[in-house]
Amino acid sequence: MDNRSWTGYLRKDGRKGIRNHLLVVYTVECASFVAQEIAKGEPDVHVIGFPGCYDNDYAIRLMLALATHPNVGGVLCVGLGCEYTQPHRIAEAVRQSGRPAESFFIQENGGTLSSVALGKEHLASLRSRADHDAVKVPMTWADLVIGAECGGSDGTSGLAGNPVVGRAYDRLVERGGTAIFEETVEMIGLRDLMIARAASPEASRQLAATYDKALNYCKAVQQYSVAPGNFAGGLTTIEEKSMGAFAKGGSKPIEGVIRVSERPPHPGLWILDSVPDTHFMQFGYTNPNDTEGIMDLIAAGSQIVLFVTGRGSVIGSAVAPLIKITGNERTYRNMTEDMDFNAGRVLSGEVTMDEAAEELLDLIACVAEGRPSKPEKLGHREFFLMYKHQDVPSLEAGCHA
Amino acid sequence: MSAQSASSAFQVQVSDNVATLLSEVPAGALLTIVGPAGKCELATREKIAMGHKIALTPIGAGQPITKFGIVIGVAMRSIEPGEWVHLHNCRSQLDERSGSFDVHTGAPRDNAYG
Repeated sequence: MDNRSWTGYLRKDGRKGIRNHLLVVYTVECASFVAQEIAKGEPDVHVIGFPGCYDNDYAIRLMLALATHPNVGGVLCVGLGCEYTQPHRIAEAVRQSGRPAESFFIQENGGTLSSVALGKEHLASLRSRADHDAVKVPMTWADLVIGAECGGSDGTSGLAGNPVVGRAYDRLVERGGTAIFEETVEMIGLRDLMIARAASPEASRQLAATYDKALNYCKAVQQYSVAPGNFAGGLTTIEEKSMGAFAKGGSKPIEGVIRVSERPPHPGLWILDSVPDTHFMQFGYTNPNDTEGIMDLIAAGSQIVLFVTGRGSVIGSAVAPLIKITGNERTYRNMTEDMDFNAGRVLSGEVTMDEAAEELLDLIACVAEGRPSKPEKLGHREFFLMYKHQDVPSLEAGCHA
Repeated sequence: MSAQSASSAFQVQVSDNVATLLSEVPAGALLTIVGPAGKCELATREKIAMGHKIALTPIGAGQPITKFGIVIGVAMRSIEPGEWVHLHNCRSQLDERSGSFDVHTGAPRDNAYG
């Protein structure tokens, strides 16, 4: 198990992916129908985009992170022609990463039908170039970046679903891999526990600042990340939900905090901060839905995301496969067609936590080898992106230097 | 961690004064509490759903409610062993909306729809 290896795709930028998808990227809502029609019926083509006409640095960074994701082999960008966000510049950045890319404005080409026809021509060309460029190489645990998210949590999530992910994360990190979890607004009440896990004084400082920002955010918007379904499932307070959610992080030291569209600088366990920073527009909510957080984890380079849901969920994800895990046996029975993994067997005593974690790692390796996860097989490719602001000190420093 | 599924509840840490039900239990049922503190038995005072919490000890009004070894909330009134611990008798120390939700569905009751 430790030495497991499978075949992946080596990109020209040196990163390794487990899929060879094409992306269609729309740069305003007005182009989204055409983008969806272009992708319709095409194998392994996913659609992402941004609905706003006025551009947003955070959204551009996220689209670029996905368009140059290791699971992506080529990109078509489609704009209407009026909007601020420039499809040609996204395509140029994708070409800089060594991937083929095309772009056009609908207004410069014609209407719906002619644009869909042009888009499909581009896809055929991109597919042959992406297949030609894909270098098949062996991959190991050390090449994997795995994200973890929870949604629709209930009383079983903190006892079974999330702890099994945490135990699998411990093993992944021991094997040289990278593990990312997020939802800092679901770490509320756990400041001391978070800081005690810091791998370094710098990580400790980052975790303290990230916690304080998340708590201030919750106070400012008067909304904590706990919903009616959580209550109905037995969770009573945000503190209780937080402790269950934090179990996803296992027991390894936390290397530090990354922000949306940043990649972990080295392997190990990382926390992703998706909470907005102060901005004159007061842009964005954190965690408006599960799909947003999953996209944040994929933008950080996750080739696979683990999604723990006690109450059940029927989402998947664009760009990277989602593996759905539940700690609730009843949910597993009700939604077997959607659920990849039944962690509830830990609570019934059928398997130990260690056995469940090894089974989950085996499933991750199978999906990395090419077996579709259940959401993938069902054709799910949910995507969500909206206006938000996060400070990017590294980029700002670069601009002023 | 392992536990029997029929009429049992899981206590995560020895210091916890609540345990989580692993299946739904009716009022008056004898429940096996399992966890790091070993096994003990406790009768339920009311029906409690799977994933919900039962009080293991008497908890006075204003006293902390502990699960996973941390304080998850504060008792809004005194709670007896065997009682269901949820939105009606436990509130968050942080979330201002805590205490305003329907105890069964969790739906908010603090906003108007017209």
